[in-house]
Amino acid sequence: MNATAISAAHEAPGRPLVSLRGVTKTFSTGTTALAGVDLDIAPGEFISLLGPSGCGKSTVLRMLAGLADPSTGTIDWPQARVDGAGRPDLDMSFVFQEATLMPWGTVARNVWLPLRLKGLSMKAARPRIDEALEMVGLGGFADAYPRELSGGMKMRVSIARALVTRPVVMLMDEPFAALDEITRQKLNDDLLRLWETFGWTVVFVTHSVFEAVYLSQRVMVMAARPGRIIDGIDVDRAEETPESWRTSETYVRLCQRASASLVSAIAGTDHL
Amino acid sequence: MSGVRSPSADGKASPAEARGMERLLRVVVPVLMLAGLVGLWQWYVTAFAVPHYILPSPVRVAGALVTDWQVLGPALLVTLKITFSALFLALVGGLALAILLVQSRWIEIALGPYLVILQVTPIVAIAPLILIYAPTTQTALLICAFIVAFFPVLSNTVQGLKSTDHNLIDLYRLYGASRMQTLWLLRLPAALPYFLAGLKIAGGLSLIAAVVAEFAAGSAGAGSGLAFRILESQFRLNIPRLFAALLLLSAAGVAIYAATSLLAHLLLHKWHESAIRREK
Repeated sequence: MNATAISAAHEAPGRPLVSLRGVTKTFSTGTTALAGVDLDIAPGEFISLLGPSGCGKSTVLRMLAGLADPSTGTIDWPQARVDGAGRPDLDMSFVFQEATLMPWGTVARNVWLPLRLKGLSMKAARPRIDEALEMVGLGGFADAYPRELSGGMKMRVSIARALVTRPVVMLMDEPFAALDEITRQKLNDDLLRLWETFGWTVVFVTHSVFEAVYLSQRVMVMAARPGRIIDGIDVDRAEETPESWRTSETYVRLCQRASASLVSAIAGTDHL
Repeated sequence: MSGVRSPSADGKASPAEARGMERLLRVVVPVLMLAGLVGLWQWYVTAFAVPHYILPSPVRVAGALVTDWQVLGPALLVTLKITFSALFLALVGGLALAILLVQSRWIEIALGPYLVILQVTPIVAIAPLILIYAPTTQTALLICAFIVAFFPVLSNTVQGLKSTDHNLIDLYRLYGASRMQTLWLLRLPAALPYFLAGLKIAGGLSLIAAVVAEFAAGSAGAGSGLAFRILESQFRLNIPRLFAALLLLSAAGVAIYAATSLLAHLLLHKWHESAIRREK
């Protein structure tokens, strides 16, 4: 299959928020992490990058965050001003697979971090911190230390820290991969609710077919060695409620389609 | 323990009672052990009529501690002064150098070998040289103790500064943190447990080094520390005083260890794994 043709067919209508053209990444070890990725992401879109490990999905995310540079190709932000380092003047937040909290700080101080780095005092930031914790259902835990929280609660703190800056773009790198199924389900629903509330553009990296189809408006399936996009699946959720969506025929059909793409992605490589 | 509650029907104590009992035993057991050992020592000396210039009895050592306090007290003060000055300099120097080393790989490559050489060369061997170059004996002792004490602080802190979570470093970059902010808010707190581990080692080492350096220097007179008093007592076969001086050194060492452990506990008990007790 021709990767360019597929992603072109799934180009977002209107001016994209960010547009990747011919992006490749080769590490100093000689490994080709990405071989020619073309992708447009529309403002307010919820898009998933789905693929096996080593397909470069996290690399795409890190490039969007400005934490890594493409070896060749361009990343354009048509709607934003870009500084010298190629970073757009958009508020971006990143959620990692681990909660990545500072263990020596309380929950409130961890959530304060992005605002603190911008020069806001704890006193000035407190209402926003409390609001962010309220949004993720951790209203009463401001003074707890991370070690006192469960894995799911730590991840909620991490999400609160990400949303406290009221970002435009939310980059999420397998944020719920280490959580149990029930917690993951709950956080998926909470994430959708927050996305609808704030109108973020979410780029969500996952290796779970069900999670990708459940959450996104668009699923980009990626293959490894070299990393590339091999399929793009539009997900029309229509008016389904979370519960009916999870059991609907469309959902099952799209999951099957994404699984088939993923299988072909894995079949293309000799080993996992 | 307060409250004389009888154990529950199955003969097992309640968790609160068990905890109180354990706390009591933690004090009682070491005290009994100490009393037993001192008693054995006293009995042995008395029963076999060991002359006090070979092995003085505990009573005699305690006596020497009181009667010789005018000699031993000032000497202890001198040794402690060198110990704590060296420890303080080691902490400041070790921390500053650690921060410098992690700024650039090239600084580390350039300085690393000399730091290792300084560490592996026995201090007793360098002491004569330092004695020649240093303006006063006290300064020479301080330099010796500093060289020994600062390495554990340095190597532990470097390790800590390097072990900062990479995702957190990325997060700081993403939010546009300055170098100073990353150092102050992220790298230093992350290195704190390592720094404190270095402090615990350095505390003991600076006392050892202060004594060893004084042995090597062989300094005498009014400004001399406990090490010289030990040598002097040996020459004069004043073994009770020698024991008393030793006792003071051990006590100082234990006190330093306890103080550094307490400091580490106070700074870490809320968040670090090493300070958290788990229920079995």
